[in-house]
Amino acid sequence: MLLKKTVSLAVLALVLPLAGCGGDDEGGHATITVLAAASLTGAFTELADQFQKDHEGVTVKLAFDSSATLAQQAVDGAPADVLATADTATMDSATAALDGDSELFATNTMVLVTPTDNPAGITGFDDIVAGDVTYVVCVDTAPCGKVAAALLADNTVQTAPASLEVDVKAVLAKVTSGEADAGIVYATDAVAAGDAVQRFEIPHAADEVTSYPIAALKQSGDAALAQQFVDLVLSTAGQQVLADAGFGKP
Amino acid sequence: MTDTDGRTLGRPPLSLVIPGALAAALLVLPLVTLVLDTPWRNFFDELGSTVVLDALGITAIASGVTVVACVLLGTPLAWLLARVEFPGRAVLRAAVTVPLVLPPVVAGVALVTALGRNGLIGSVLRDATGITLPYTITAVVTAHTFVSMPFYVLSVEGALRASGDKYDVVAATLGATRWTTFRRVTLPLAMPGLVAGAALAWARSLGEFGATITFAGNYPGTTQTMPSLIYTTLQSRPEVARTLSMILLVVSIAILAALRNRWLTTP
Repeated sequence: MLLKKTVSLAVLALVLPLAGCGGDDEGGHATITVLAAASLTGAFTELADQFQKDHEGVTVKLAFDSSATLAQQAVDGAPADVLATADTATMDSATAALDGDSELFATNTMVLVTPTDNPAGITGFDDIVAGDVTYVVCVDTAPCGKVAAALLADNTVQTAPASLEVDVKAVLAKVTSGEADAGIVYATDAVAAGDAVQRFEIPHAADEVTSYPIAALKQSGDAALAQQFVDLVLSTAGQQVLADAGFGKP
Repeated sequence: MTDTDGRTLGRPPLSLVIPGALAAALLVLPLVTLVLDTPWRNFFDELGSTVVLDALGITAIASGVTVVACVLLGTPLAWLLARVEFPGRAVLRAAVTVPLVLPPVVAGVALVTALGRNGLIGSVLRDATGITLPYTITAVVTAHTFVSMPFYVLSVEGALRASGDKYDVVAATLGATRWTTFRRVTLPLAMPGLVAGAALAWARSLGEFGATITFAGNYPGTTQTMPSLIYTTLQSRPEVARTLSMILLVVSIAILAALRNRWLTTP
């Protein structure tokens, strides 16, 4: 314990002189940092633009990463104001850092995608069930992998995926580059990929819906502004942006 | 506090001691805290699990084959670069060291463009033979060799240059062919460089993660190496990831120590 205290004091002494550099609020200028799951990249970039237009002099910084990584950073006290994750379990793991309760703001389901030219001639999820297709999914330690694993089990798929990718963007990249014949990604990723992929529904996908929670963080330097961003996401306008990106209603 | 040559040189100056101590602290402290933070209770349970044994096995095979590939292919390349004048030698030397500075993920992307299923060479290979590299242990070894070979080539080339070619010339005047000279004179003289290069390549291969996961994929039992397993575990169970890191650390230190006793004893 004593060791820990001494170490933390030493670290503080090293870091403190740097802290001055991060200051904001100069000349009415404020910055809020939003930590958001990678699948929110498109929608939250648009919402951040919207927020900056509505709030003169406010800059929204966005950090996109896997939900687990972001939740861990929030708990470790990363300087951020809002956290939005791709499942409730990771949000629960960050409870200690939340300012109040989290609120659900969107849902997502998973679909099968193939490259546009569909080299394996896939006509539906049955081809995955039948086997002999090189397909990739997320690793089951990531939220997208948990859902994919459940879907593979629901549909009694016997053949194993060729690779377990670290996140859903890596799955999509494997498919769009033609390195995989098919991949399981979020419906929103299929929307974002546009013409680069063909999309097929997965049976039982409606049983494995992921919910996206959002919350303001305790360490926020501007709690009011953080809450306003959360409100924007939950507002009708915010919900429309999310719907356009392929998200479902919470 | 004495220098190696006795007391005549005076005290080591603080301007060297303080930065040196800082450097040592930066390198050692995180490892110490990792050891302190590891849940050792689970160490042997995790070590015995199929996933970890699979990953350790693949890491062992991949790093072993990588060293062999580096020695078989890298030694001739180093010799060419050190001993043979040919146009574009300087450019080639610069080019083969590029993977040193590439972020490993970029190395993986580069490999995909060359050897992926739709890559320049990969697609020809697929059309001609039906063989595809990605998602196989061959792809893991290819990725590891790509990132490790520059370390080996640089080390061996340095050793070849340092030993110079005057012994080669003597051997030639005594009637030795160039191949005999290479085997009996050049190679033995460069042996310390070879061993050091092989150790560097092996260490690089052991920790390789980015190029592997990008090019070869990540599936337990076929392409999942220890670093890939650690990274994916870190997403959901950080304390298990620490145990896994410790397993990799203990295994690598044990092998390094064994090698050091046998071959790497510094004079």
